[in-house]
Amino acid sequence: MWQFFHKLGSPKWFFGISTRFAPWFLTGGMLLLVTGAVWGLAFAPTDYLQGDSYRIIFIHVPTAMLAQSVYIMMASAGVVTLVWRMKLADVFVKAVAPVGLVITFLALFTGAVWGKPTWGTWWIWDARLTSMLILLFLYGGVIALDRAINDEKSAARAVAVLTLVGVVNIPIIKYSVEWWNTLHQPATFKLTEKPSMPAEMWVPLLLSVLGLYLIFGWLACVRMQTEILCREQRSRWVKEFVTTGRV
Amino acid sequence: MHPIRKKRLTIVLFLLAGLSIAVALTTYALRQNINLFYDPSQISAGEAPVDVRIRAGGMVEQGSVVRDTESLKVEFRVTDFSHSVPVEYVGILPDLFAEGQGIVAMGRLNNQGRFVADQVLAKHDENYMPPEVADALEKASKSNGSATAGGAKPATY
Repeated sequence: MWQFFHKLGSPKWFFGISTRFAPWFLTGGMLLLVTGAVWGLAFAPTDYLQGDSYRIIFIHVPTAMLAQSVYIMMASAGVVTLVWRMKLADVFVKAVAPVGLVITFLALFTGAVWGKPTWGTWWIWDARLTSMLILLFLYGGVIALDRAINDEKSAARAVAVLTLVGVVNIPIIKYSVEWWNTLHQPATFKLTEKPSMPAEMWVPLLLSVLGLYLIFGWLACVRMQTEILCREQRSRWVKEFVTTGRV
Repeated sequence: MHPIRKKRLTIVLFLLAGLSIAVALTTYALRQNINLFYDPSQISAGEAPVDVRIRAGGMVEQGSVVRDTESLKVEFRVTDFSHSVPVEYVGILPDLFAEGQGIVAMGRLNNQGRFVADQVLAKHDENYMPPEVADALEKASKSNGSATAGGAKPATY
């Protein structure tokens, strides 16, 4: 366990292994996401109350779940940066922050599109929607702070502290619908209970969720590889990789 | 673990714990402002201010919806199954508005205890099901003599 953890400290090792894994993430993710989306959007039964407009759930729930998970991953990497000073953790945060920003935006956007026909409004300042908007700003803040500081090491530490500060928002997003009165309904997927929808609905939803997570894994790998190449451009293994294509 | 790392880890954990406590206390102090709406029990208990724009939320009571034949005026009662508040609204209701459905209304409470709404939003819960299943559940609940027609689902709002 510790040995694996220490190996992660070597960007070269990660670069080599991620080039092998990344294509599998992409194929697996695309397969699951396309199956889940087509099944959910075209074949799953309609909802008794909302008709077809509920189908946006097959995009909204995966993006909303991933938006929060990515932030938790970033905060965990932030702890690693602060405690172990591992370069790769910082590379991860830098590589995935823009992905998280886009995914959060998608979650908010699909939520608004869903809210108009069902609730009757695009936006309402309830606890769930507001805390999700704060998450979007946190991603923006992480990206901006990282760009604002030139020195790589100081930037890494500042960003790590910011991700840790922001992670307090995650339980607020998660439990906002239970702690306060909100317009947003409670969670569709709960870890402890069976989903409150029939299998023809939750299976495609689960497939899309898993698919999106795998695609995120692929994106994270590819973006981290780019970042590693930029940072290590003076090292010998990168020069060798560029000329021979081998790590 | 290396002692320096151990020390850094403790600092990080203290930082997180301190932040969580600060945020928890703040949100606890602001809980009434974070709540999106007053429920009928709070309004009946006089917790909601009169003639101030507020939101009221709850379930539309069965058999309480009265539509004006001349205009878009609608009157209904919003309930949380222990208290209910009369609501009046002039305008177009969202598609999901129905008896037994959760709503959140924006408006003012007048001094007769009536809620005059200028916006009505529909609330739905996390129970999604195909129409056939909903029909079957409704039939089953009717044959059991349950009073909540259309109450295929547990009453959450």
